[in-house]
Amino acid sequence: MLGLNKSDRKLFLIVVGLVVLAPFLLNPFPDNIGLAQFNAGYPDLMQKLVIFGLFAVGFNILFGLTGYLSFGHAAFLGVGSYAGVWMMKLLTMNVVPALIVSVLVAGLFSLLIGYISLRRTGIYFSILTLAFAQMMYSLAYSVLTPLTGGETGLTLSLNDPRVLSGPAIDGNIPVPHFFGLDMQSSVDLNLGSWSFTFSAGYYFCAAIMIVAFFLAIRLFRSPFGLMLRAIKSNQTRMSYTGLNPRPYALAAFVISGMYAGLAGGLMVAMDPLAGSERMLWTASGEVVLMTILGGAGTLIGPILGAGVIAYLESIISTINDNILHTWFSALPHWLDSTLVTILHPFIGKGWHLTLGLVFMAVVIFLPGGIVEGGKRLGNLFRRGKNNDAASGGQPTVEPGE
Amino acid sequence: MEAIILQILNGLDKGSAYALIALGLTLIFGTLGVVNFAHGALFMLGAFVAVTVNRVLNFSFPTIDETRTDFLGNPLSVDTPYVVGWFGPEWGNFIIDWAVPLSVLIAIPIMGLIGVAIERGLIKHFYKRPHADQILVTFGLAIVLQEIIKAFYGANPIPTPAPDAFQGSFDVGAVLGFDPFAIMYPYWRLIYFAFSAVIIGGVFAFLQFTTFGMVVRAGMADRETVGLLGIDIDRRFVIMFAIAAIVAGMAGVMYTPILSPNYHMGMDFLVLSFVVVVVGGMGSLGGAVAAGFLLGVLQSFASMSAIIELIPGINQVVIYLVAIIVLLTRPRGLLGRKGVMED
Repeated sequence: MLGLNKSDRKLFLIVVGLVVLAPFLLNPFPDNIGLAQFNAGYPDLMQKLVIFGLFAVGFNILFGLTGYLSFGHAAFLGVGSYAGVWMMKLLTMNVVPALIVSVLVAGLFSLLIGYISLRRTGIYFSILTLAFAQMMYSLAYSVLTPLTGGETGLTLSLNDPRVLSGPAIDGNIPVPHFFGLDMQSSVDLNLGSWSFTFSAGYYFCAAIMIVAFFLAIRLFRSPFGLMLRAIKSNQTRMSYTGLNPRPYALAAFVISGMYAGLAGGLMVAMDPLAGSERMLWTASGEVVLMTILGGAGTLIGPILGAGVIAYLESIISTINDNILHTWFSALPHWLDSTLVTILHPFIGKGWHLTLGLVFMAVVIFLPGGIVEGGKRLGNLFRRGKNNDAASGGQPTVEPGE
Repeated sequence: MEAIILQILNGLDKGSAYALIALGLTLIFGTLGVVNFAHGALFMLGAFVAVTVNRVLNFSFPTIDETRTDFLGNPLSVDTPYVVGWFGPEWGNFIIDWAVPLSVLIAIPIMGLIGVAIERGLIKHFYKRPHADQILVTFGLAIVLQEIIKAFYGANPIPTPAPDAFQGSFDVGAVLGFDPFAIMYPYWRLIYFAFSAVIIGGVFAFLQFTTFGMVVRAGMADRETVGLLGIDIDRRFVIMFAIAAIVAGMAGVMYTPILSPNYHMGMDFLVLSFVVVVVGGMGSLGGAVAAGFLLGVLQSFASMSAIIELIPGINQVVIYLVAIIVLLTRPRGLLGRKGVMED
């Protein structure tokens, strides 16, 4: 089916299932109990999960396959966002032209930047991409204000021309739609004390993400994907066999830039606002974190990483001391207050501290990310059942070597 | 002519900071072979040593000042720093006034310890891992360090003044034979430039004229052979990491009067310092220092209003632009050595 082999098909169907059922899966707790804190089934967050998943899948095509660590990938996301908002300002509020143009513009930029940056490898490549991204950020923030909105960001306004759909009639700024389907509309389903929200925007993003993920699987398994892996494992040997690695690496760079542009376009399709902070190098760092956390070079890893980071961010940053006190209320008072004092720096605004620590732990102890962790756990259980099978287990990288 | 000299001077203080950070980065990269993304965080930690010293010196106890009264006519309660209480008003206020230079002395052991702790606790395990892993783990460390600082000191910049003796500006023009008041330059920036020149000279002298430095230079050239000669190179590299941390920390301490420290200042400087290192040539100490000053001065020239009118936005991007041009025309940077980071 769809040209996938058995295990890929299984993986693909699992991802489709997870994404389609996300409104249920992310809302496992009824609204009226304390654990509802951990529910993540609201549209904003779910959209963020799939959009960042898409972004990380694209980044993984470059980093996971070719090993080129780009530290400026957020620039393409930012460019895509700006292009998307401009299409909504100039043409129509339908998201289709916005998405197409964001992908094309991001592709164009990544072609240019990739062509120059890929002349160098290793740390030089990382610095070049970083330099380009910072340059674009600085320009978008300052000189290009007429084009990018500068500090305040690019927003829609009432007197935008919108040549295809006509200007706003009723004095309201129109909302993005997909051939009439309002992106911000949603349907609520109440089952007892559970409530589930099905948002049009989320399913739109999810459908695009699934298509993009499918393309990524095909790319991983294609001869082209094999070439990209060859670049990672030994570029010199590849050129000795008569193959020029540059065009392959450039193609991977452009493809992953287009994924980033698509993610940027989807962001503005959900919320028509583009700001220069999306291009900042910390944003580029974030997508690197997601890919590494999930497992670079694996298919499912980037989606897992993006999901975990986006989920933890929204959950941890909403926890405060009072919520902690209610959790620990069963404990003796002194223990309760000690625990809250210990946990205080890691919650709420301290979310980045938790992120940094988790990330360091992953790089130190589990360089393969969540996927490798899962594999190791799997091996552990299998070994417990059958000791003979363990001899052929996965070779694992020891920390601290 | 005056304008050109003024721009060169303006570029020197920023250039000094870039040069100091880039020097440390190159030391670490050249000796340990590690790309340290946490180096900006060390600069930031240094700045916060100054903030902490300033705060500690200003710990106060309330006293009643009988000579003054508040608006109700009661005797006014004033806060007197403990230091003033212990050393008397003259010496106490002098110490508080000189908090920043004093912090440099305090920063040396603190930053040295932090450097050793980071090297022994973390970097040591990453010598044989790919550069991507080193970048990532030090990037994580940088996030953790700056978030810890943010948790303690908050997100706002904390002004830390220079000693009163160095407030105001020095008339450079008069010394050079121009009209008086044509070229005014703040004292503290001159001090910063002189300070960084001393530090850079000290590091170079240390590497050039001591046996220890000789071993380190040999290790930078060929680590394996030095190891085969029976020299415990790892132990020296810990010390080099500590020295790099101290250099970054002192650069941070002295920079506080120029730029009020905030928790993300390290990241801001780190990106530029990496560009500086790459422009100068990975692994070349002289290249790092030269590129630091060069880019600092270039940036200041690009900020001249005449040039901004000519090419809008150039002041924001000139450093990156130079980096891109240098990397494409001279792949090893201005003074890069052959065989460094070319795999």
